[in-house]
Amino acid sequence: MKLPNRFAGFILAFLCSSLTMAADKLSVVASFSVLGDITKELGGDKIALTTLVGSNQDSHVYKPTPFDVQTLAKADVIVINGLSFEGWITRLEESSGFTGLRVVASKGANIIDLNEEEHDDEDKHHAQEHKKNNEHKDEDHQQSAAHKGQSEHNHGDQDPHAWHSLANIRVYINNISAALMTADVDHKDYYAVKKQAYLAKIDALEKRLAIKVATVPVAQRQVIISHDAFGYLGRDYHFRFLAPVGLNTQMKPSAADVAQLIRQVKTQNIKALFVENVSDDRLIKQIGRETGAKLGGHLFSDALSAKNEPAATYLKMMEHNIDTLIDELQKTL
Amino acid sequence: MIDLVVSPFVEFEFMQRALFGCLLLSINGSLIGVFLLLKRMSLSGDAIAHAILPGAAIGYFFAGLNVLAMTVGGLIAGVLVAFLSGITARKTNTSEDSTLASYYLCSLALGVLIISMKGGSVDLLHVLFGSILALDNDTLYLLYFNSALCLLGFCCCYRFLVMDCSDSVFFKGLSKYSGYSHYLFLFLLVFNLVAGFHALGTLMAVGVTVLPAATAKYWSNRIEGMLFIAFLVAVMGALLGLLSSYYFRLPSSSAIVLWLGVFYLLSVLLGTQGGVLRSIDRKVKLNEEML
Repeated sequence: MKLPNRFAGFILAFLCSSLTMAADKLSVVASFSVLGDITKELGGDKIALTTLVGSNQDSHVYKPTPFDVQTLAKADVIVINGLSFEGWITRLEESSGFTGLRVVASKGANIIDLNEEEHDDEDKHHAQEHKKNNEHKDEDHQQSAAHKGQSEHNHGDQDPHAWHSLANIRVYINNISAALMTADVDHKDYYAVKKQAYLAKIDALEKRLAIKVATVPVAQRQVIISHDAFGYLGRDYHFRFLAPVGLNTQMKPSAADVAQLIRQVKTQNIKALFVENVSDDRLIKQIGRETGAKLGGHLFSDALSAKNEPAATYLKMMEHNIDTLIDELQKTL
Repeated sequence: MIDLVVSPFVEFEFMQRALFGCLLLSINGSLIGVFLLLKRMSLSGDAIAHAILPGAAIGYFFAGLNVLAMTVGGLIAGVLVAFLSGITARKTNTSEDSTLASYYLCSLALGVLIISMKGGSVDLLHVLFGSILALDNDTLYLLYFNSALCLLGFCCCYRFLVMDCSDSVFFKGLSKYSGYSHYLFLFLLVFNLVAGFHALGTLMAVGVTVLPAATAKYWSNRIEGMLFIAFLVAVMGALLGLLSSYYFRLPSSSAIVLWLGVFYLLSVLLGTQGGVLRSIDRKVKLNEEML
């Protein structure tokens, strides 16, 4: 029976290597670029970080490589968003034999319930559009019904893009930081300092953004975007986002969806269209051509940008998105 | 009724563009489809459509969603696969279906490899499925050019192609140019698939080529008749597909191909040339006469 022995040797070597790594630095895996950046801020130079879905890549269509599985197998901590955002993570964890600490960053955050959100949205909208004709209201009913159907189909009932809310990101920070402290007790104080510093940056950004957003009246904050990922930004800053595709980038729009959106842009006189870094922009461009609304630059939703682009970190992404939106809307005032 | 059909196209430009793109595709799709059918190569269209993938992927990674780059890439890949398989078949005395299958599978695997290596920001499935609802000017120009090229090619070589289809052995003995007409046809096929790929996506583009021709075969046994019927079927499918996508919220390209499928099934049953019901009818009559 030579083979099992050899196997045992392998496993031993494997364990040793992971132990030595652990002794060196805490090995952390983050599921996608936004979480990666936040974890890097919180862990500083005491952790060795790997991000599975990198910048400018779409988490919805991620396919794990053997290298990813290997990395995860050796990791001490994995940070995921949860809310069914990373549908592939459970299988990946199982197949890699990951035994470390699993942090669901969105745990305890203030999550948008998609069914409820639709109702709220509708009510608000009705109040706003009270004078408009009946036909128009019917369209809206239809649209929200369709959206509901799509979202139930894809993501459960909760909107997973919770990191677009600065209030939620504090919960993310607490969760991730707590996990780092549990997994690496020796550097507890270091992580605490890092956390305070990052929270201070968040506070500063929040103040700046609030001032910026206030320059555009609530009624004017209507925007078309290619994929419905900004529900939280909408909630926090009272934007109204319309999208031809539902929550998922894989959904194929029908002619009916596109037609409805074009009518809406025309009747409500929406002037700004935006494109995301992770979606097909041909449809949005067509809507722009047809309605005369202007294309207002890229927003970043499910992934950070490359280093030389404007949204390389989480803080920069938030700032860039709000700046781009508000700058474009100011032009239409 | 008329209003229901016309109003979406009057109100929305994207519907006009979609219908127009489909019309252009129907012209050369039906032409090429009928000859594919006569050459017994209907499945080759599917294979070549897959072979286009790596070229389009490389074009996409170099220039993004650029019609020209993806077209050139797709053309090179498609032509390479089609011609390599043709030459290999002729030089090594093997059948063309086996060489085509081998080359297209290599090409497809290469495409998947390139895509997964680069990761990519836009879901490539989106690109592969095309976007009939968002035809921009570049894509429409490409479809124009494709139709013009296709019509020109068929005008020049129609007789050769017909002879090649009906009796290729005889044609080989008759003219030393027989091989060239085959290659010209392959080139037009590849170009048509690449153009269709921008509008409808790789797989659906094959649908609008093959299905109308297969339908037409049940209604006519003359090439001219088949061409005309195939064109009509393709146009009807596009119109009904777009309208049902508009009124019933169906994804457009699959709605179009499914309507073509409905026509095909109806024709299998009712067609005057070998339709199922007609041949049963004929058998019954024959039996009665014999009695």
